[in-house]
Amino acid sequence: MDLIRLAGIERVFHLGDSEVHALTQLDVAIEAGEYVAIMGPSGSGKSTLLNLLGLLDRPNAGTYHLEGRDVTTLSADEQAAVRSQRIGFIFQSFHLVPRLTAAENIALPMMLAGIAAGERAKRVTQALKDFGLDTRAEHRPDQLSGGQRQRVAIARATVMQPAVLLADEPTGNLDRATGDEVIRLLEELNQRGMTLIIVTHDQKIGARARRQLQMEDGALKSDTQSQSAAGQD
Amino acid sequence: MRNADVLRFARDAAAGYPLRTALSVLAMAIGVAAVVVLTSLGDGARRYVVEQFSSLGSNLVIVLPGRSATGGFNPANAVTTTPRDLTVDDAAALQRLPSVRRVAPLAAGTSEINANGRLREALVAGTTSTYLEIRSFKMAQGQFLPVADWNRGAPVAVIGAKIQQEIFPGGSAVGELIRLGDRRLRIVGVLKSTGTGLGMNTDEVVFVPVGIAQAMFNTNTLFRILIEARSRDHIDAVKREVAGVLKSRHGDEEDVTVITQDAVLATFDKLLRALTAAVAGIAAISLAVAGILVMNVMLVAVTQRTGEIGLLKALGARGDTIRNAFMAEAAMLSLVGALTGYGLGLFGAFVLRQMYPVFPAYPPDWAVVAALVTALSTGLLFGIMPARRAARMDPVEALMKH
Ligand SMILES: Nc1ncnc2c1ncn2[C@@H]1O[C@H](COP(=O)(O)OP(=O)(O)OP(=O)(O)O)[C@@H](O)[C@H]1O
Ligand SMILES: [Mg+2]
Repeated sequence: MDLIRLAGIERVFHLGDSEVHALTQLDVAIEAGEYVAIMGPSGSGKSTLLNLLGLLDRPNAGTYHLEGRDVTTLSADEQAAVRSQRIGFIFQSFHLVPRLTAAENIALPMMLAGIAAGERAKRVTQALKDFGLDTRAEHRPDQLSGGQRQRVAIARATVMQPAVLLADEPTGNLDRATGDEVIRLLEELNQRGMTLIIVTHDQKIGARARRQLQMEDGALKSDTQSQSAAGQD
Repeated sequence: MRNADVLRFARDAAAGYPLRTALSVLAMAIGVAAVVVLTSLGDGARRYVVEQFSSLGSNLVIVLPGRSATGGFNPANAVTTTPRDLTVDDAAALQRLPSVRRVAPLAAGTSEINANGRLREALVAGTTSTYLEIRSFKMAQGQFLPVADWNRGAPVAVIGAKIQQEIFPGGSAVGELIRLGDRRLRIVGVLKSTGTGLGMNTDEVVFVPVGIAQAMFNTNTLFRILIEARSRDHIDAVKREVAGVLKSRHGDEEDVTVITQDAVLATFDKLLRALTAAVAGIAAISLAVAGILVMNVMLVAVTQRTGEIGLLKALGARGDTIRNAFMAEAAMLSLVGALTGYGLGLFGAFVLRQMYPVFPAYPPDWAVVAALVTALSTGLLFGIMPARRAARMDPVEALMKH
């Protein structure tokens, strides 16, 4: 069974009198455990697609099945619950809460989900260790490097054990070396079974994924499976 | 999200923006402090007046003829035709009651006073030596009426300060003879000026022994009987005993009215309480202003933290979770402000008491409760709008504002 199945997705934005068709007649299916790169020129609808996949936005038409369940018809609160349990987000600009420490930022999704403080602390400690942030637990975001910030963000996105990880240009604000490090981290998570969907402009990064979706004007231009598997370069 | 976590999150958020948090806390604190200090002043004034008033004519109980429904001062009482009059013997009987310290009968009428070549109309009050102590009057010259048999009375008079000024300007009046109606009386004393009391201006009264007054006006009735209770705690007992004795003396008929100074005091008390409440109401306006400030601060917070709200939604926060977090923050600002203001207000009242030790400036309990409740509810009320705005925010748009 597909993890994600989009059928006939349309997303139209209204700007005054004009209509922007950000997504048109999109049909995509993604299986659990896949590593997908979404590529394409600016304005082609990559972020719009990712927001729909993350249930931050609703399509104007079409259906979205996540783990076999039609999630387009869910109420706002039900969608929030799906985001909490099944979806992890990673953003270009990290989106850490500036007044909270690294540990508190990582604990945030668990706190929102109502997990008890003791359990939270245990999982945060483990996550800090997994992502090499042990010594940075009490640092606030402005005391961390860009790479460290994105690692905190990845720890936060994965701490609830989601089914799918959505990353919108996760290396966009990082230099090449740090960016590669972050991508390797995400690939490790994918190798352990987490579905990974990355939006990127970077051809090199896109080429590492096993599957590339090429977008153009809100439509899927190509859908190619790559020969070279991730982490084997 | 657990409640404890909502509170911690709200607290950290408030602490994360110290300037705007301090501002709204300050506004709320000033509002509450204003209520506490102003009601302390108002209630202090009330207590001050009540204390001063009760020290004037201490523990006074007054009996008037006729049944009055209201029990308060009522000029109509004076002209009411009564089934049975009050007499000097009634007054004498009251002297023996256990809770009674002193009794003074009072007969009243008007007459012409003629002395030193001058003539004027004057109020004549027939009473006894005890009247001076009961009303706590002071003598300017000479003595008050001598102790004597209540039914007999020597031909003497005591005059008020104004009469003395008008008839014997500058000189001493004691020892002078006056003609009051068809009687010749010798002045034995002059009262110190006191002003109005019990419905007549004492400065314009001529006091004579009650027997003489009754003979002059050819009556044996009394206008009032004044009674001083042994203490404040005896006032109720006096009322009861007096009513009982007079009832049995008047053929089992309740035809007198017994009033206490408490009735007058109660009027003052009510007046000053109303004043305090009005002042509290005015001060409460500053609480509403503080509430509006909290709303503005929270609106700024929502705008400032738009990106954070988007993030929380992306991480799985429900709309009501976000609303609760912002409401909790508004409630905290109000609560801390209210408590700070309460402390400031108590300190202000303390300073007032230090500066004016006679003035008992304590805030009344109701004002404190009302101020705290108003502060909290305005804070919450004005927190609703910003919190709902945060909860309804579109996550995609919110995330873009970073
Ligand atoms: N909220 C919005 N209101 C109006 N138009 C929008 C909105 N969001 C996106 N669009 C439009 O939809 C189209 C797709 O936008 P989207 O952000 O998905 O592009 P993208 O592929 O992510 O581009 P980039 O590579 O620059 O991030 C664009 O034409 C954009 O202007
Ligand atoms: Mg984009």
